[in-house]
Amino acid sequence: MAQVSLRKLVKEYEGGVQAVKGIDLDIEDEEFVVLVGPSGCGKSTTLRMIAGLEEITSGEIAIGGDVVNDIPPRDRDIAMVFQNYALYPHMSVYDNISFGLKLRGFTREEIKRRVDNAARILGIGELLERKPKALSGGQRQRVAMGRAIVRDPKVFLFDEPLSNLDAKLRVQMRTEIKQVHQTVRTTTVYVTHDQVEAMTLADRVVVMNHGVIEQVGPPNELYRNPATIFVAGFIGSPAMNMIPARLEQAGGGGLMVQLGEGLSVPVPEERTARYAPHANRDLLFGIRPEHLTEATRIDKQNLAPLTVKLDVIEPMGMETLVHFHIDGTSVCGRVDPAAGAEAGVRMALAAHMEHMHLIDKGSGKVL
Amino acid sequence: MAEAAVANRDYPRVYGKVGSLHRERAWALRWAYVSLILASIIFLAPPFYMLVTSIKTNVEMADQSLNPWIVRNPTLEHYWAILSNPIFLTFFKNSIIVTILVVSVTMVISVLAAFALSRMRFWGSQVLATGVFLTYLVPDTLLFIPLYQIVGGLGLLNSIWGLVLVYPTLTVPFCTWIMIGYFASIPKELDEAALIDGATWPQMLTKIFIPVALPGIIAATIFAFTVSWAAFVYPTAFITRPDQMPLTIGIVSQLVRGDTFAWGQIMSGALIAALPPVVVYVFLMDYYIAGLTAGATKG
Ligand SMILES: Nc1ncnc2c1ncn2[C@@H]1O[C@H](COP(=O)(O)OP(=O)(O)OP(=O)(O)O)[C@@H](O)[C@H]1O
Ligand SMILES: [Mg+2]
Repeated sequence: MAQVSLRKLVKEYEGGVQAVKGIDLDIEDEEFVVLVGPSGCGKSTTLRMIAGLEEITSGEIAIGGDVVNDIPPRDRDIAMVFQNYALYPHMSVYDNISFGLKLRGFTREEIKRRVDNAARILGIGELLERKPKALSGGQRQRVAMGRAIVRDPKVFLFDEPLSNLDAKLRVQMRTEIKQVHQTVRTTTVYVTHDQVEAMTLADRVVVMNHGVIEQVGPPNELYRNPATIFVAGFIGSPAMNMIPARLEQAGGGGLMVQLGEGLSVPVPEERTARYAPHANRDLLFGIRPEHLTEATRIDKQNLAPLTVKLDVIEPMGMETLVHFHIDGTSVCGRVDPAAGAEAGVRMALAAHMEHMHLIDKGSGKVL
Repeated sequence: MAEAAVANRDYPRVYGKVGSLHRERAWALRWAYVSLILASIIFLAPPFYMLVTSIKTNVEMADQSLNPWIVRNPTLEHYWAILSNPIFLTFFKNSIIVTILVVSVTMVISVLAAFALSRMRFWGSQVLATGVFLTYLVPDTLLFIPLYQIVGGLGLLNSIWGLVLVYPTLTVPFCTWIMIGYFASIPKELDEAALIDGATWPQMLTKIFIPVALPGIIAATIFAFTVSWAAFVYPTAFITRPDQMPLTIGIVSQLVRGDTFAWGQIMSGALIAALPPVVVYVFLMDYYIAGLTAGATKG
């Protein structure tokens, strides 16, 4: 059980590629932290530096308060689960799981006790005599996790452990990983490029892009209050709409967002003070699809009417996605299946303005 | 699009094609068998002739009027002559000692070298790996002259120890090359998992790399065994004392006296000499194939 802290961590590969550009991160004891970001953003590199598999160019990594920069992987007391499982092909499941314990000189009885315990947690008791070749993808993944659990390390490191599994199994294993964490409560750093996986697993999500951390926070916090245009666009599916807009003064000291095509929506009163300094500027108006709904309860506070011509509708069963254009920008909304959305027809929508965002195009910051 | 696909499925020519595929396959199989049988006949004719000759009496061998492929009065006299000749047993012993030592030395050196070259990135490791292979391309017929100087300088001419020293120059480069290929095919995550599990580099080699690359190690062992058992140029050049000769040159030098060829003994000696490689092949090939398929069928 331990904290992990990264201080000004930099990784530069031979040839001058800076994969990680000086990141700071503090991970609490027992916390489940997910590093998420697009391909090539430096997630794996960061994880591998924590593991000791990749040399640190500059900066500092501490595990449980001790700086581990110069400590080899085997002495860092960490366990890692790889994307391709990395099971030893010539060993049985039992030997795979117990390999690390044998090397560390545990007694036979202790090894058996730990392996049986891990096998019980993961439900792989009947597979212990098999070779990895005779296992399915999900079973291999469990064995790989078993190998990590038996060691009872300070930190678990996962590098995209589910991306080789099919969609259904991925969801199932996701739940299992969460259950395992709730049972063993080991500090965990988990890397994925799948934002849904990140949201569902994490105590805190770390969004990375181009080797820097964009934002750190609990999943819902990131979803509700993204700090940058990148986070706003990356978290959430379908993605947040971002419509070029102009913030203008309205009568009575209020503010209006001009969306083009003559459409405009009022800024809620409680936000006017926050946005006032940006009046008369060209910005991006951000709003999530679920905050563009059918206009049935238009009398409710902060609902702004918005009538548009629908291009495409996508019934999802539980809801219907509607797509339309505002001034050339494609926009998505989510309406009730019973709201009577139809392609090619004008529909009265409502924007839930208390969930609006304004984004500075130049700096990419959410205002 | 969809319609076209449906129409295509019922198109008779598709069935015709499947039929012709069957026929093509049958033809290919027939040709394969014919050529395999031909090849077997060609390759087995010399050993068969050796066998036939080795069990003929000298009188029968000398009789020009008889069909040379047929034995009238089979005899084991040549085998007894060979096996009761102490010098022949010395040749055999020399070959065994040299081969066991050379195979051991070769495998230790080439496994360690391949492990270092394929896994430990260090300055010049790429160039070194290519260099190792290039040395294999230099033929022994070119090398034996400078090597004679070296072996002579070390005072190892006329000694099996000289052979133990020079044979690895033939075997190590190729075996290292084979092993680099096998080690390179082991995914990098496997060593990383082992490193995290707490393995040292030597443990990673003995507990992960060697077992996983066992088929490659066996292939390399077979190669080293064959080369050192059948080596001819180096012992011919370096050894003239009968008690230090391996089988290959011992048979030739002891059983050919001037113009007199003791054909019966030459043939039986050669057949006895060919026996160990056959045994090794049969035994290791089984093991080799078992190694390839282990895990696929087990459990
Ligand atoms: N060994 C290496 N040598 C040079 N550059 C590398 C090396 N490994 C990774 N990189 C580069 O570093 C950057 C970050 O790589 P990294 O593997 O950390 O990405 P990632 O976020 O894990 O992406 P993915 O989701 O595709 O796994 C990439 O631009 C990559 O090309
Ligand atoms: Mg990665």
